[in-house]
Amino acid sequence: MSAPSTYQPKSALGRWFEERLPLNGFVRTHLLDYPTPKNLNYWWTFGGILTTMLVVQIISGVTLVMHYTPHTSMAFDSVEHIMRDVNYGWLLRYVHSNGASMFFIAVYIHILRGMYFGSYKAPREVLWMIGVLIYLVMMATGFMGYVLPWGQMSFWGAKVITNLFSAFPFIGEPLVTWLWGGFTVDNPTLARFFSLHYLLPFVLVGLVGLHIWALHVPGNSNPLGISVRSNQDTVPFHPYYTFKDGFAILVFLLFFSFFVFYAPNYLGHAINYEPANPLSTPAHIVPEWYYLPFYAILRGIPHKLLGVIAMFSSIFLLFALPWLDTSRVRSGTYRPIFKQFFWLFVLVCLGLGYLGSQPPEGGYVIAARILTAYYFLHFLVILPLIGLLEKPRPLPSSISEAVLAKKSPQLEAQPAE
Amino acid sequence: MSSTTDTVEASRRDFIFIATGAMTAIGAAGAIWPFVAQMNPDASVLALSTVEVDISPIAEGQGITVKWRGNPVFVRHRTPKEIEEARSVPVEDLPDPYARNANLPESAPATDENRAAKDKPQYILMMGVCTHLGCVPLGDAGDYDGWFCPCHGSHYDTAGRIRKGPAPENLPIPKFELVSDTLIRVG
Repeated sequence: MSAPSTYQPKSALGRWFEERLPLNGFVRTHLLDYPTPKNLNYWWTFGGILTTMLVVQIISGVTLVMHYTPHTSMAFDSVEHIMRDVNYGWLLRYVHSNGASMFFIAVYIHILRGMYFGSYKAPREVLWMIGVLIYLVMMATGFMGYVLPWGQMSFWGAKVITNLFSAFPFIGEPLVTWLWGGFTVDNPTLARFFSLHYLLPFVLVGLVGLHIWALHVPGNSNPLGISVRSNQDTVPFHPYYTFKDGFAILVFLLFFSFFVFYAPNYLGHAINYEPANPLSTPAHIVPEWYYLPFYAILRGIPHKLLGVIAMFSSIFLLFALPWLDTSRVRSGTYRPIFKQFFWLFVLVCLGLGYLGSQPPEGGYVIAARILTAYYFLHFLVILPLIGLLEKPRPLPSSISEAVLAKKSPQLEAQPAE
Repeated sequence: MSSTTDTVEASRRDFIFIATGAMTAIGAAGAIWPFVAQMNPDASVLALSTVEVDISPIAEGQGITVKWRGNPVFVRHRTPKEIEEARSVPVEDLPDPYARNANLPESAPATDENRAAKDKPQYILMMGVCTHLGCVPLGDAGDYDGWFCPCHGSHYDTAGRIRKGPAPENLPIPKFELVSDTLIRVG
């Protein structure tokens, strides 16, 4: 599907340019004429939504930097300066802070879509693994960004998360000192987090480029999970999916706007409006909502090093997912047993998220342990076993046939004239 | 076998090729080092290495927090009851049996005598940084009348030793000395 373009510009100037830099042909091949399965549903629009959110975050972030000061003595005040003095500063900041949450909502839906429809299966393993890498870089970027306002939650979040690395034997202490550039989270830490927070989004742009490249080699998967067989199965990306994605992006931006304009602090923590104080820890420290399931795993395990290892492996496990799922049928639609376990897994992740937001005591810790065990069981035992034991439903023979079969009952239902 | 020659034996060209590659790798590794080393604490951070504390205003049963190298240091004037509580626990019952006192050898056991200030057992001085994930424990709190870390629920006793919760070690005691009867120099 990534055959070289046969595009020939009509004008002489266009041909002159195309011979020297085939930019037009590239855009045609990969953006306009790119053959896309014709049955993609709205779950497939989250790739476009995520790309939009990355651009929103870069634009709002670059403009915020024009007014922000990365120094412990001024960071908190410069954020207040943005909120009170800078023209539309409140808007830029609320777009950026809520944009991070929207970015994560979209990426979680995108990841779960890939899991349900088996988008990680051959020949798309590399595509999936680049996606997991993007998610990891997103988490690092989001974490460092949350430190920059230098409020109480910024400071103590940074302290607790960087201290995770102290759990490793021998190298732990020097590693943490190296990360901090001192004996605690302080100005050197803030400055380097600022530098990296500016850098990593551009690394993300590069990774997204690789992700799309790896997508355009085998082409899109689709809700049926069967491969494209002929031109009958596909439509050109433009105008069909530019408009479908465009509409989804618009609806998503409405959802985003609700938070920016009506509940800008709903997803944050009030205590982060208190300046960082290295001598006093707030009573209840929690990370941003998008890290809560992993935080619950960390706290559920009553051993420092093992907790840290469990938390990291819960994410790194995703790299192995293409080989842990033994079923050759991609789409969950045709896998009756897998489908049920998939939704159970979604509930477990939501449950872990809830537990991560609660204090680490009593029943919450026990529940977190049970759900943590299930999380690992899902990947390491349940997925490999279902693939071997389950009898999938019969697959349609082609995408266009399945699409037409779906349409025909409606056609028959129309009154004859 | 290098693609530049058809002979089966390694040629001078192969040798030069490998030697060049090896030197480039060593050079690149050397060039990376300053970029790694700049992340470590700089001279201005290391310069803040001592702080002096006047302990005369601390009444019995009172504790103060001073800042040393950016971190809180607890200095507490303990009551006889607190000292009694700390001394009544056998060392073998403690989760961490070592004193973690930078003024003593590493193998020193976690007795109250090894934790409290030398010759002035009513005073105790230690880092106010939870050994779990670095939060600041709260004073006069927890199940052992010592300190309690609100982040993940670690309980420390009146000698700053971990008794319950996820923290793996006792609160560390930094190097310090009594300059006079009322003055302590930390660091």
